[in-house]
Amino acid sequence: MRQLPLISTGVFLDPTSWVHLDWILLVVAAWLLIGVAGVFALHRLALVARVLFPAGGAFGLLLFGVALSAILSSPEVAVLPFGLPGLPFHFRLDSLSAFFLMIIGGVAAGVSAFAAGYFRKGEGTPPGLLALEYHIFLASMVLVVLADDAYAFMVMWETMALSSFFLVTANHRIAEIQRAGYLYLLIAHVGALGILLCFGILQADTGDYTFANMRSQEILPDRASIAFLLALFGFGAKAGIVPLHVWLPEAHPAAPSPVSALMSGVMLKTAIYGLLRIIFDLLGTPVWWWSLVLLAFGLATALFGVVFAAVQVDMKRLLAYSSIENIGLLFTGIGLAVLFSTQGMPVMAALALTAVLYHVASHAFFKGLLFIGTGAVLHATLERNLGKLGGLIRSMPWVAWAMLIGVLASAGLPPFGGFVSEWLLLQSFLFSPDLPSSFLNMLIPVVAALIALVAALAGYTMVKFFGVIFLGQPREEKLAQAHDAGRWERAGMAWLVAGCIALGLFPVQFIALIDPVTQLLVGSGLAKTVGSSGWLLAPVAIERASYGPAIFLLGVAASFALAFLLVRLFYHGRVRRAAPWDCGFPWQNARMQDTAEGFGQPIRQIFEPFFRWERELPTAFDAEPRYRVSVTDPFWHWLYLPLAAAVERLARLIGLLQQGRIAVYLLYSFVTLITVLLVVEL
Amino acid sequence: MTWLGAFSQLLEIVLALLLAPLLGGWINQWRAWLQNRSAPGLLQPYRTLHKLFNKESVLAEHASPLFRGAPYIVFGCMALACAIVPTLSTDLPLSPAADAIALVGLLGVARVFISLAAMDVGTSFGTLGARREMLIGFLAEPALLMVLFSASLISNSTSLTTIVETLAHRELAIYPSLAFAGVAFTMVSLAENARVPVDNPATHLELTMIHEALILEYSGRHLALLEWAASLKLFAYSCIGLALFFPWGVAEAQAPLALLLAMPALVLKLAIGGALLALLETLSAKMRIFRAPEFLATAFLLAVIGMLVHILVRP
Repeated sequence: MRQLPLISTGVFLDPTSWVHLDWILLVVAAWLLIGVAGVFALHRLALVARVLFPAGGAFGLLLFGVALSAILSSPEVAVLPFGLPGLPFHFRLDSLSAFFLMIIGGVAAGVSAFAAGYFRKGEGTPPGLLALEYHIFLASMVLVVLADDAYAFMVMWETMALSSFFLVTANHRIAEIQRAGYLYLLIAHVGALGILLCFGILQADTGDYTFANMRSQEILPDRASIAFLLALFGFGAKAGIVPLHVWLPEAHPAAPSPVSALMSGVMLKTAIYGLLRIIFDLLGTPVWWWSLVLLAFGLATALFGVVFAAVQVDMKRLLAYSSIENIGLLFTGIGLAVLFSTQGMPVMAALALTAVLYHVASHAFFKGLLFIGTGAVLHATLERNLGKLGGLIRSMPWVAWAMLIGVLASAGLPPFGGFVSEWLLLQSFLFSPDLPSSFLNMLIPVVAALIALVAALAGYTMVKFFGVIFLGQPREEKLAQAHDAGRWERAGMAWLVAGCIALGLFPVQFIALIDPVTQLLVGSGLAKTVGSSGWLLAPVAIERASYGPAIFLLGVAASFALAFLLVRLFYHGRVRRAAPWDCGFPWQNARMQDTAEGFGQPIRQIFEPFFRWERELPTAFDAEPRYRVSVTDPFWHWLYLPLAAAVERLARLIGLLQQGRIAVYLLYSFVTLITVLLVVEL
Repeated sequence: MTWLGAFSQLLEIVLALLLAPLLGGWINQWRAWLQNRSAPGLLQPYRTLHKLFNKESVLAEHASPLFRGAPYIVFGCMALACAIVPTLSTDLPLSPAADAIALVGLLGVARVFISLAAMDVGTSFGTLGARREMLIGFLAEPALLMVLFSASLISNSTSLTTIVETLAHRELAIYPSLAFAGVAFTMVSLAENARVPVDNPATHLELTMIHEALILEYSGRHLALLEWAASLKLFAYSCIGLALFFPWGVAEAQAPLALLLAMPALVLKLAIGGALLALLETLSAKMRIFRAPEFLATAFLLAVIGMLVHILVRP
């Protein structure tokens, strides 16, 4: 073990002898330095935008490359003498952390490039300070994934929460954003308590909080189950599991778009990382009923998220709910992996886990892309409300076509990344009917059906999202003057688009890459079976299931091209432009198109019990008829408001103690003292 | 990949492209006969396509490239779908590229593109059609997937060729799950192909149309491609149904003679199926659009129950 990788023994001066961990710590140090530089250039936007953010992006790219090669190499450890005396930070880089580092680096590279063109003057927090918070946020996520003891983990976890809180409240003068930030911070901290208690159980009364110790401890199943539930609560709060999801649809729209992209694309994944680390690595052997808990919460979250996404009218809020849906799918996949690994089916567990990791990667890229895309739209139009957008494909073609790729990937359509993970997840359901218990066997088809329903609803939501923003006629006059994204913004989007396409077209190669991760967690991998079939993805055997995205794309493209050429060869390519036909109705205007509310109306009807909605309908005699419908999250009314009321009542009871007179307080001290003495005496 | 495999693949694509409009014409003829009308000729769909290809395409002033590209994409998706469903032979080189799930994904791509194209011009009917199409789709897609899964559970595979080979060899074995799946599949394919209880292919009545509203703004060759794609979709669905529930007569690998026999078998099965579809359409009345979700939810539940039944009665 190398104690001080960078500073000691001259290694620092000789980069040829650096291991992966050194390079990653270099990236962290560079991000921190860039952040500090931002403090010295608080209001110099040109410097921050043209130098600091691109430099941060370049280091993100470096992290991406280093982590990519680190997945396949053996674990590396380091101890850094930071923090309290006698409690150094332990860091460890294994294939699981390398996989998540790759995601962080890859998404950060694209988002930082976009951010270089995004931040403007006069939006609350000065740009230099934003650069500081942004880069601390990135660095803390890297260190969360690297941490190898509970102390380092919690410090980094809290740094991540705090830095992202400041980023969310960048426009801190708006009351709504203040509220969103407060809610986010509150739930982040309640969740952190859960994680802290979980570590308390994991160390098994040894007082040694390193992960190495936790790994070696054998915990009783009851205590392990408590630790699991605490971890589920803590990481679920960060990931946005129902009913702890309420902060997500508030915080994501409030934050500047690059920050939403990082939070949704990457930060939520650190919670997935934590859960995987604790369940499969630190806790040792999972108990089978944990999988039922994970499946139940995962499915409820996925269905809830997608149904709510379908009825949203704010574009960033829609994406936030869609993130909740994807997190639900990830939890479902983890539940399935736990189920299989407890039933002694390591290959099936590896299949489910591969689906989870694949979805982590593809969701990071497409959701990052969609969020920065909304940023570009927001800048061009100053509008987040879907009801006031429309027709932007003509004034912002770059953004529109990039977003189309993201939308297709998000809708889980072939040949993009989102489809591969859904395909793998459904495969792991289908190949499972060998479970020993008939109850579990009956459960599997129902769960598969729900997953299929969620995936199809995601398609509905994404058609609404893209169609209302980019297609049709502009719903407002000013939209015709919307300008396309700038150079930096385009570069950032192009990188993420490339990620979505690569994940879709090269599943075999990517699965071979993440094989060490599943080997580490469940002791089995798919690389052998998958690699044998070349361009075809066949996780178990080619006659059981196969999918070849490249051939697939080629097939569609070839028939596209052939149809195009043959039509021109045998007939003609003449085109005439005219006014839209619309059944001959001549008085068309933009307000006759479907609104976002209209598009969501069928979903509102079908899933009525899910919603709490208020509707004001005008009567026939209203002079100024107003139609208003608002759909709110039922969890506010069922859970949070009663909880807040209960806390308030309790606080009022405690408030009775506060009399405001010195004599009473002295009496309290006196009584306390007597009681303590009495207890000591006994 | 064998030469015979490549040949049967090519034969299947060409046959699908050529036969698909004929199937439409055949169904229309039966519909007319059953409704006591005089029928248009069997070749009428070809004449319509030829006429449309000859006409110039009129585009809305502000239509984007997405609008112009969508017909080709939809057509390409449907052609590929016809290529991967084993109708003549199970020795298809393209078939491993997409299994049952990818086939549903492929139909999903076509649906998303045609809906986006319908929203592109920004007319009231276009967006209305897009919304309704996606509404039908989000219920029909999982239902179709569950139907295919019922068959996958029997054959232990999602590969379409393996499914057909397994089902063709089930000597006297009875699968109750397939009965549920069969009913569900019929309901889904009626909805997906814009057939009578859900949509009416012969109407331009604004309040009820779904598929016609989607393609309202198209004309000339774009419309021709979309019409052709719609008939390919019907053809693909019929072939999926035949492959799942009547898989006899499909040639298996390395038998040129079987390929020769498979063709008349396919034509016969399609002819009977088409006549039955026309009968079904004539006997039922069109539902209100708001009833369609109920209809499809029933199909979805039936398919799920089919899967549960399969697991329950499994030895």
